[in-house]
Amino acid sequence: MEFDLKEHQQMIKETARDFAEKELKPVASKLDEEASFPTENVKKLGELGFMGMMVPEEFGGAGLDSVSYAIAVEEISRGCASTGVIMSVNNSLVCQPILEWGTPEQKQKFLPDLAKGKKLGAFSLTEPEAGSDAGNIQTTAVLAGDNYVINGTKIFVTSGAKADVVLLFASTDKTLKAKGLTAFLVEKGMPGFKIGKKENKMGIRASDTSELIFEDCKVPKANMLGQPGQGFKIAMRTLDGGRIGIAAQAVGIAQACLEAAVKYSKERKQFGKPICEFQAIQWMLADMAVEVDAARFLTLRAAYTKDKGVSYSKEAAMAKLFASGTAVKSAINAVQVHGGYGYMKEYDVERYFRDAKITEIYEGTSEVQRLVIAASLLKA
Amino acid sequence: MNLVVCVKHVPDTESRIRVKGDGTGIVTEGLNFVVNPYDEFAVEEAIRIKERIPGSKVIVVTIGPEDATKSIRTCLAMGADDAVHVVDGDFQRFDGVATAAMLAAVIKDLQFDLIICGKQAVDDDCAQVGPALAEFLGIPDVSVVTKLDVAADAKKITAVRETEAARETVECSLPALVTAQKGLNEPRYPSLPAIMKAKKTAIKTVPAAELGLGPDGAPRVEVLKFAEPPARKAGRVLEGEPRQVVKQVVTLLVEEARVL
Repeated sequence: MEFDLKEHQQMIKETARDFAEKELKPVASKLDEEASFPTENVKKLGELGFMGMMVPEEFGGAGLDSVSYAIAVEEISRGCASTGVIMSVNNSLVCQPILEWGTPEQKQKFLPDLAKGKKLGAFSLTEPEAGSDAGNIQTTAVLAGDNYVINGTKIFVTSGAKADVVLLFASTDKTLKAKGLTAFLVEKGMPGFKIGKKENKMGIRASDTSELIFEDCKVPKANMLGQPGQGFKIAMRTLDGGRIGIAAQAVGIAQACLEAAVKYSKERKQFGKPICEFQAIQWMLADMAVEVDAARFLTLRAAYTKDKGVSYSKEAAMAKLFASGTAVKSAINAVQVHGGYGYMKEYDVERYFRDAKITEIYEGTSEVQRLVIAASLLKA
Repeated sequence: MNLVVCVKHVPDTESRIRVKGDGTGIVTEGLNFVVNPYDEFAVEEAIRIKERIPGSKVIVVTIGPEDATKSIRTCLAMGADDAVHVVDGDFQRFDGVATAAMLAAVIKDLQFDLIICGKQAVDDDCAQVGPALAEFLGIPDVSVVTKLDVAADAKKITAVRETEAARETVECSLPALVTAQKGLNEPRYPSLPAIMKAKKTAIKTVPAAELGLGPDGAPRVEVLKFAEPPARKAGRVLEGEPRQVVKQVVTLLVEEARVL
């Protein structure tokens, strides 16, 4: 049992923290207010290797472990949760499935640019009628010669309008339901691929969340990822990894909440003394600290389990469930410690409060995480 | 061009430093150590020169405990090519001249055109090592540099240094030593592939005891005691008519504070 980070992990943590302090924190509030995408910072993160951390060197990545990845997502999200999810999606939900299921040609074609941040990826599963019930996808893909013709509408796609490559899930055989789903790598500019409505969100407002419309969109057969009918399996396996990223994002938000609450409680005076001297405040701080640590350890354990090369769905679901809940609770308490000021946009905790909630919803709601955990308990 | 950068492994500037109960040093447990910020400017400058002048090489030299490898690897990840680590457990050495003598013993055997040091380390703030090292090596030094140009033929440098009264521009032949001041550049972030590559770079280690130092290496400074700075006392508020209060203040400044 070893709790200390390895030397390279410590260096990555410090680099990510340094980047977050100098580049992300100063602009996070303005980007949130304007709902504008952090284009420059995503480009810089790409150049430094943060957009394809686990992609091997031969495909232009850093060839890192999942533990390093979780550490980096936490630190980036501590500075800006929107940038954290953009990074997490590109790493976990786009680079990883291409690495795992892609042909040598697909890896060569997509991974180097995605890993260096020259191109951005999105993952598109959700539809109006297919959220937690991902098997109920209505978008269809029909083979016609060398192309698949895709029709349908996707919603809530993170980085959807900004992406150069979209990992899209469509049904190639509706009679088979979930087993009839197939994955495709749809590229920007393919005929019939349109960007729909850009969502106006409660939190993580600097990230892009868009609707994608496919009208007789022709996608070459060579862009199919895996085999026909493997789509659901690819989606579920990919989301297992994604959950480590979102758990780490939630830990980053919770850590930012804890630090803000500690700092403010020492500065704010009421009844003639700093409010941190009141037990009511101390209890909130103590509970936050325990939960943030527990969430971080569950997240690192899930990453560590993935690095060992064994099944980690249960560990990832536990980490995501607990860390997202911790982010929400920590944000509620951080606002409470700030009192009226915490409700105002002048203080970062107001943004943390809005950013935290999504972590309980996307990449599997907390209810879905419980189903995954229970299923693995009852399977034995 | 061969560039040598001297780097110290120091507590993170955000650390809260506590003195050991017996006053023999500081408590290092729980402290995070990093590259001295002024040395980061030095490393960055050397890498920029290397990028401008083809065929250049950057060697990092560190004196420090075993875990100073973390700082050395950070410099390698930024772009340094090689590193020499003088392993010395007594890292709380507050003797700039003895440190410079140790560095000189290592650097005299390296091929070098330019040595860059941080202007001072943020732990002891002595600002002695750079100039003393130049003295031991018998080369000129320019300290507290905020701008540095290397001539295209790599034979001389033009350096700008801030003094209290003015900005000096100094021309100097090589080999020479400069010390880096804030403002010289903005250090880069090490990239993740570079961090992984730095992991594989062999660091040459030299036990401090094997340096064969002459009398120059003998310590000149003995630290008697460490103590916390005195806690600030609460201020005193004087009330009354301005004429009276001013008189009182002057009396207090003369008799109690003894600053007038």
